[in-house]
Amino acid sequence: MRKILVGLSWGWLGIFALLPLMMLFVVSFFHRGVSEFFVPGFTLENYIRLFDPIYFTVFFKSLILAVVTTIFCLLLGYPFAYFMASYGKAARSYLMILVIIPFWTSSLIRTYATMLILRTNGLLNTILLKLGIISQPMEILYTEWAVYIGMVYTLLPFMILPLYSAVEKLDRQYLQAASDLGASPWQTFVKVTLPLTLPGIIAGSMLVFLPAMGLFYIPDILGGAKSLVVGSFIKNQFLAARNWPFGAAISVFLCLLMGAGIWLYFWVKSRVSPEETKA
Amino acid sequence: MMEWIRKAYLSFILLFLYAPILILIAYSFNSGTYSTQWEGFTLDWYRSLAKSSDLLEITFNSFLLAFLAASGATIIGTAAAIALKRYQFLGKKAMQGLLFALLMSPDVVMGIALLVLFVALKMDLGFFTLLLSHITFGIPFVIVTVMGRIASLDENLTQAASDLGASEFQTLHKVILPLLWPAVLSGWLLAFTLSMDDVIISFFVSGPDFEILPLRIYSMVRLGVKPEINALCTILFILTMAIVFTSRKLVGDEE
Repeated sequence: MRKILVGLSWGWLGIFALLPLMMLFVVSFFHRGVSEFFVPGFTLENYIRLFDPIYFTVFFKSLILAVVTTIFCLLLGYPFAYFMASYGKAARSYLMILVIIPFWTSSLIRTYATMLILRTNGLLNTILLKLGIISQPMEILYTEWAVYIGMVYTLLPFMILPLYSAVEKLDRQYLQAASDLGASPWQTFVKVTLPLTLPGIIAGSMLVFLPAMGLFYIPDILGGAKSLVVGSFIKNQFLAARNWPFGAAISVFLCLLMGAGIWLYFWVKSRVSPEETKA
Repeated sequence: MMEWIRKAYLSFILLFLYAPILILIAYSFNSGTYSTQWEGFTLDWYRSLAKSSDLLEITFNSFLLAFLAASGATIIGTAAAIALKRYQFLGKKAMQGLLFALLMSPDVVMGIALLVLFVALKMDLGFFTLLLSHITFGIPFVIVTVMGRIASLDENLTQAASDLGASEFQTLHKVILPLLWPAVLSGWLLAFTLSMDDVIISFFVSGPDFEILPLRIYSMVRLGVKPEINALCTILFILTMAIVFTSRKLVGDEE
């Protein structure tokens, strides 16, 4: 039995997960082919090219996009999770489903619908004009704003869910104790609530940050041609530029970068709550 | 006052999350073709959707793929979860590391890695490459879901089964799997949803002879999506709602 289960899982993961990732790593050292996708060999030129300022800017811009998206999700999601946890059991579970349902519908379709809302003659502008808040339609679509709105919109549920489970676990007696001891609501929040919900904040931030680095279709659709992020950059190397070794090198570099980020996360976490990491 | 702020904030965020979906539903009944203005109620898009064998076939493809991929991922993922939890074996730590890497690595990296593999194996891109890829990216999510449940499994039960003379297989079949069933089911559902929703990995490993819905929509988005797609998405959304609420009801009744 043990052999079957282990064999099946290692067999599949070995062939379709480990092998392709290793091949990608190997290809990143290959030469570019003219008629074929890559020519075996060994070169570091693909990695050296990465340090070209043009490519570096792409990485930097993607990083900023991912970081800002994470911050916005956190700022919008925290109050939501906090308020949500303060309701009774039945209301909470309904709110939970309401947060999950959008996640069940195609994110591509929802991005397209966001595009309809943000268009110059779209719903948002129509409403704002009618209400007299603005006198001229705003150009949001195909700007950075649209990309941020789309990213936050798609990734917000990933922030809310772990935050909610952290806030829900919070023992309200601590809050009571803090206020009994004379702490202001703000002090209670900063000194008690925030540290206790930190694992949820970190988990949610990871769940938002990591996909944000790779999602290429949201900037593609909402940002127009202007916003080149690292995801679409890799995609272009494989499909348009046909430079697979370079595309592979960018991917390896991206993975290293994210690996470093994850390592940093565990490092910070072990400093913040040593007991939990050990358990 | 506080109560009012709380309600207003929750409604605001929910409105933000639901506005695009509601817009889409509204447009599916709008008689203007590409216009964003409301031009009157119509069911035309639903009628032409019913006649559009092309779109229906693509939708069917997506469902077929998601069904098979979720089933494959559930079988392998459950096997892996049980193996990881119950046995010691060579390369266990390495497997855990690999799974972690799979969960964390961006989809675009997984997509091109699989593309490199399929090209090296000289496989034609199409249904099989899509299926193999979708099974693979579903596996870690099934494992995580099932592992959570195994952790709460009472060791005494499996111990009792083997004390009473059950073989490993019998213990698995009669004790572990029935207890894991809810987690296996939600793992399947998660894998199914992920497969239906995936754009990025499919983008690299699909071929012209087997089209799926997300990719068709992706290719249409720039030029303007046909209103039939709005109708199709409305139907899928309502279907999703129905499934979510029914499964909740079933789970709720069980509890």
